[in-house]
Amino acid sequence: MFRTVLLIATCSLHLSLCSWVHSDDSVRAAFFETKIRPVLVAECYECHSSSSKSVKGGLLIDTREGIRRGGESGHGVVPGEPADSLILDAMRHDGLDMPPEKKLAANVVEDFRKWILAGAYDPRDGKSELVRDTVDLQQAREFWSFKVAKSVPIPAVNQHQWGKTAIDPFILSRLEAKGLRPADDADPQALVRRIFFDIVGLPPSVQQVQSFVTASRLNADAAIDELVSQLLETPQFGERWGRHWLDVVRYAESTGMERNGTFTSAWRYRDYVIDAFNRGLPYDQFIREQIAGDLLDASSSDERTRMLTATGMLAIGPKSLNETNKEKFLMDVVDEQIDVVSRAFLGVTASCARCHDHKFDPIPQSEYYALAGIFASTRTHYGTAKANGNRNPGQLISIDGGDVSLVAVSGGSNGKNEVKRIRNQLKKLVRKLAANKKQLAAAKNSKAREQAQAQVRDTEDSLKRFRNRLRQVEQNAETGSSDATLLMGVGESNKPANTRLRIRGEPNDYGVVVPRGFLTIGSETEHPVLQHGGSGRRELADWIARAENPLTARVAVNRVWQHLLGRGIVATVDNFGANGVRPSHPLLLDHLATEFVASGWSIKQLIRQIMVSRVYRLAAKVQGTPQLAVCVAADPDNELFWRMNQRRLEGEAIRDAMLSVSGELDLQPRKASPVVGLGEGLIGQTVKVDRLQTDDRMRSVYLPILRGAVPEMLSLFDFPEPSIVGGKRNVTTVPTQALFMMNSPVVLKLSQRFAARLLASGGMDPAARVALGYRIALARDPTPDEVKRVVTFMVDARETLRQVEKLDREETQLAVWAGFCQSLLGSSEFRYLN
Amino acid sequence: MFSRRNALVSSGCGFGYLAFSALATEAAERGQQNPLVQRKPHFPAAAKRVIFLCMRGGPSHVDTFDYKPQLDKFDGKGPGTAATGLNVQKGRKLKKSPWKFQQHGESGLPISSLYPHLSRHADDLCLLNGSYTDIPNHPQALVQLHTGSFQFVRPSVGAWVLYGLGTDNQDLPGFITIKPPARLGGAQNYGSGFLPAVYQGTPISDIRSSSPIANVRNPNVSKLMQRKQLDLLQAMNRDSAERNPLNSELEGVIESYELGYRMQSAVPEVLDLASESAKTLSSYGIGNAKSDEFGRQCLMARRFAEAGVRFIELTHEGWDQHNNLSAKLSSNCEATDLPIAGLIGDLKQRDMLKDTLVIWSGEFGRTPAVRRSDGRDHNATGYTVWMCGAGVKGGIRYGATDDFGIAAVEDRMHVHDLHATTLHLLGLDHTKLTYRYAGRDFRLTDVYGRVASEIIASTNDRAKHNG
Repeated sequence: MFRTVLLIATCSLHLSLCSWVHSDDSVRAAFFETKIRPVLVAECYECHSSSSKSVKGGLLIDTREGIRRGGESGHGVVPGEPADSLILDAMRHDGLDMPPEKKLAANVVEDFRKWILAGAYDPRDGKSELVRDTVDLQQAREFWSFKVAKSVPIPAVNQHQWGKTAIDPFILSRLEAKGLRPADDADPQALVRRIFFDIVGLPPSVQQVQSFVTASRLNADAAIDELVSQLLETPQFGERWGRHWLDVVRYAESTGMERNGTFTSAWRYRDYVIDAFNRGLPYDQFIREQIAGDLLDASSSDERTRMLTATGMLAIGPKSLNETNKEKFLMDVVDEQIDVVSRAFLGVTASCARCHDHKFDPIPQSEYYALAGIFASTRTHYGTAKANGNRNPGQLISIDGGDVSLVAVSGGSNGKNEVKRIRNQLKKLVRKLAANKKQLAAAKNSKAREQAQAQVRDTEDSLKRFRNRLRQVEQNAETGSSDATLLMGVGESNKPANTRLRIRGEPNDYGVVVPRGFLTIGSETEHPVLQHGGSGRRELADWIARAENPLTARVAVNRVWQHLLGRGIVATVDNFGANGVRPSHPLLLDHLATEFVASGWSIKQLIRQIMVSRVYRLAAKVQGTPQLAVCVAADPDNELFWRMNQRRLEGEAIRDAMLSVSGELDLQPRKASPVVGLGEGLIGQTVKVDRLQTDDRMRSVYLPILRGAVPEMLSLFDFPEPSIVGGKRNVTTVPTQALFMMNSPVVLKLSQRFAARLLASGGMDPAARVALGYRIALARDPTPDEVKRVVTFMVDARETLRQVEKLDREETQLAVWAGFCQSLLGSSEFRYLN
Repeated sequence: MFSRRNALVSSGCGFGYLAFSALATEAAERGQQNPLVQRKPHFPAAAKRVIFLCMRGGPSHVDTFDYKPQLDKFDGKGPGTAATGLNVQKGRKLKKSPWKFQQHGESGLPISSLYPHLSRHADDLCLLNGSYTDIPNHPQALVQLHTGSFQFVRPSVGAWVLYGLGTDNQDLPGFITIKPPARLGGAQNYGSGFLPAVYQGTPISDIRSSSPIANVRNPNVSKLMQRKQLDLLQAMNRDSAERNPLNSELEGVIESYELGYRMQSAVPEVLDLASESAKTLSSYGIGNAKSDEFGRQCLMARRFAEAGVRFIELTHEGWDQHNNLSAKLSSNCEATDLPIAGLIGDLKQRDMLKDTLVIWSGEFGRTPAVRRSDGRDHNATGYTVWMCGAGVKGGIRYGATDDFGIAAVEDRMHVHDLHATTLHLLGLDHTKLTYRYAGRDFRLTDVYGRVASEIIASTNDRAKHNG
């Protein structure tokens, strides 16, 4: 007894390291009780114990387990390693400042250092409740987007006759409250162009404009209704709206990152999405299939394949193939899946809680790992061949008749089918070439000759391309598999299990096991936990696709609204959390959301409902009237939707429109992707992007989307970075776009084709031809001044070309008209929707 | 930047029809206002422009600019070497540099024998020996070097500088990057992120191409004819803009065509090296098989700088020497030494070094302790960046790694600090250069960044140096 007391005295005075090491437990205990515990209790427990009102930094130091595990910043105490023990840094105010307001005396800090160096003896047994949330979930759920949407009464308005649908009073009542009057309706030409681009992403033909304008004069409501209903049933609808969804789910056909491996089967997911929109798949089912299609009951093998393909959404994300740390690779894949699922469907950034509790939204780190357990219990099949620094090759799902299996990917994945397809195509092309040549021989004048020659050239080009592709595919087919359909997607892991929390998100720095479950936000209870076995994806999908989930339907209808009106009711379409923008029309949002759910989650119905409303048909161009000046003054950014927003078309729509008006667009949906022709490999290493054939007549949605090599035209016009969830595109105006419209071979070629098309319409004087050009490209007639301006240009240009550049008559004719057509294609009116 | 709402609010009294048309005119004027127009810095500063030499792959600092005599002494020693007391990973052994270091210039700056030409400018170099970054992986580190963040898509340094200062020559892009890597972040490294796209870098991937910037030449029609066509197009565009004065983007379209039109002649002019003397060419190592390529890039950089481009980046690839350090590092240095020395000499001779900031950096350095006999791995904890020219003290080493070059220990300079200092040298306060996006003000340096004021030359220093 005496000896112990003596030793404690020694310790507390000037204890040498030596005596420490040799001291026994009672000495250590005494030191702990006199030098360590009192300090912890007095200085730290207020914020870092289980009795704290709110725990800071996810750190609990009232047990041995807690202090050693540490919090968000890292381990509090590492026995024997003062340098790695963050508590010392904090006490010294080095990086962390603890306690915050005062610096502890140097001798106290020195006691802690010695204590740690000697093994950090700590008698405080007991489980530390792992992550005490720093967020008050009860209070957090009061935030607008986390409360369940309830159906709302239609607001009362003065102007009863203005509205066309239940949507309109929500807009009008707000305007009336401010004493504002909405703009007039758009003229029918503007409206028909708007409706076409919005539903199918293509311009209306001259005839389509004409018949809408006529119908509209008789009955505008009926004309709109009919056109909208009709366009929603065309296959081009899915191509247009499928692409909107592909932005959200960061669709791409390669891994991106430091080793950019091709995904030669990603296109099947693309086609699944297009088909889902076209077949009118209910949105809740769309959610279930993409998250858990492999776990749903299928009524046929086709349906089985379709639903497996849907899970491609979870597999197409960027992957760091060169990653050496397997655990990190796994957790990065999981993180990416949590990111896409939470942002695409819920509009919250759950992946922000990987390393610490979410800084802005009520998502504790523990709930991130509750979700992580679900995806860690999932196997992701993304293919990629093992080679050249790909340390993490995956498999693909192979469907051969009724057999579903997993296959590794070899150098090439093209089957015999592809060879057969290309051979057939070649045969057709050979026949086409013969026909072209016959036409050339029969050409009567230079114009016809020129056209026939162009056709011969084109066909020859295609032939060359397909022959090259055949060579490649045949080589690949030798090593590739049979006729099986290969898919990207997911499946259940052999042993679904909960995962551990990772301290500071470090993949190999384990905290406690967190039961698999969902987010408190979006739930009726706190920390909802999985009730069944399996990975839990099925349950997760159901949880998201519930009518009672406050976020799902709101996020979905807001995306649709944005595409049709130019701005979301919540402007930050992927973020409904605290950092997002608040809704401009919360009641309208809830109205749309509840109606959407009531309609059986029908996207088509929703689109139709918005497009037949009054607010959709308002003019974007406003001419100066006193009444509008008031609106401009009161709401310059049009937050109240008193007019239509003038919208720039996306790169895809601009390209498709250029192809369409020049008569070059091939509406036939493309099977597969040019990336299949590239084969399996790493971009820039074993496969060369310049072999990709993108200069084609197909719709833009079928263009190959490789990460880091997005087709020029699309990337110039703000195609979203395909590695990140992006529900809202930027609109920029830069000189490189101008250079593209002025000089790119594609635009020059299409201008000539467009000109040839105008010149081919016989029996017209130049003025009528100019008018036709306007009608084809801009869906409207030119004013007399506009015609005069073009004619003047042509006279002047013709002279220059004949006199200065010595072109012959025919060449001059084509060049002058091509110049006019190029101006139409390059004009701001062509790329904006009024 | 131009908030339509503010302008409208501030002018908002007694609205009527006339007010509307006034508004319309105003909106149109705002649309025309060129976002690239030259802007005053926050405070007067020496640097007017930046030439950023990006050595992609992570050049070895201990073999070039960070002399570590202790490495010679402990060559071949493994972990647990008592004397090192450092965290050398298991299975690794310290490796001395195969090259000799020598002191150069009046300042006696130690530089290895890999840079015989650059060493002539030792008194102009400011070696930042205590540099460090967060992640020892190429993609993350390269993207962080360029944008400050590897987790999120953010504007690049060049875009921020252009946003802050505009540019002098409206006929050329204000931010040009020559041969940027297609991988490892690719366009993100010169992207504008949430800043307006006018601030993004313009890539030149093939310096010998007749159309080095995509679509800069029209293969079909003459300049004369093109102008006529453009006049027609612009008349159409002006109509559109007049019909909807509330959409300033329409004015932007008109502007973009004029700029594009002028770029067609301005770009090839700058890239044409024919007017350069044989002496100049050879001073950049042009004509020498090994250094020709990078020499041309360096000379183009000078020409762009002279023409008023604000931010010019050059990339030299292939500094990732896990293997074949001795052969490959020396060939990299041979390819870049004379060109960089030529560039600095040329800038000095034209009195441009005083307002041109040259920065040399990789995405990280390499490990002094190795697994293989002739290769070094990634080292993010300590490496060297150097600066030279406008407003920077020459002939100094700022910051230091430990005795072996493993980690920065003294006057440590994180990438954020490098960015803060770069902006400062250009007269921009990194805490004030902000852009509002998604509801908050963003900075290049996020919440970090310290200006290394120790390396900034006082006006006196500068006068002395230039005199």
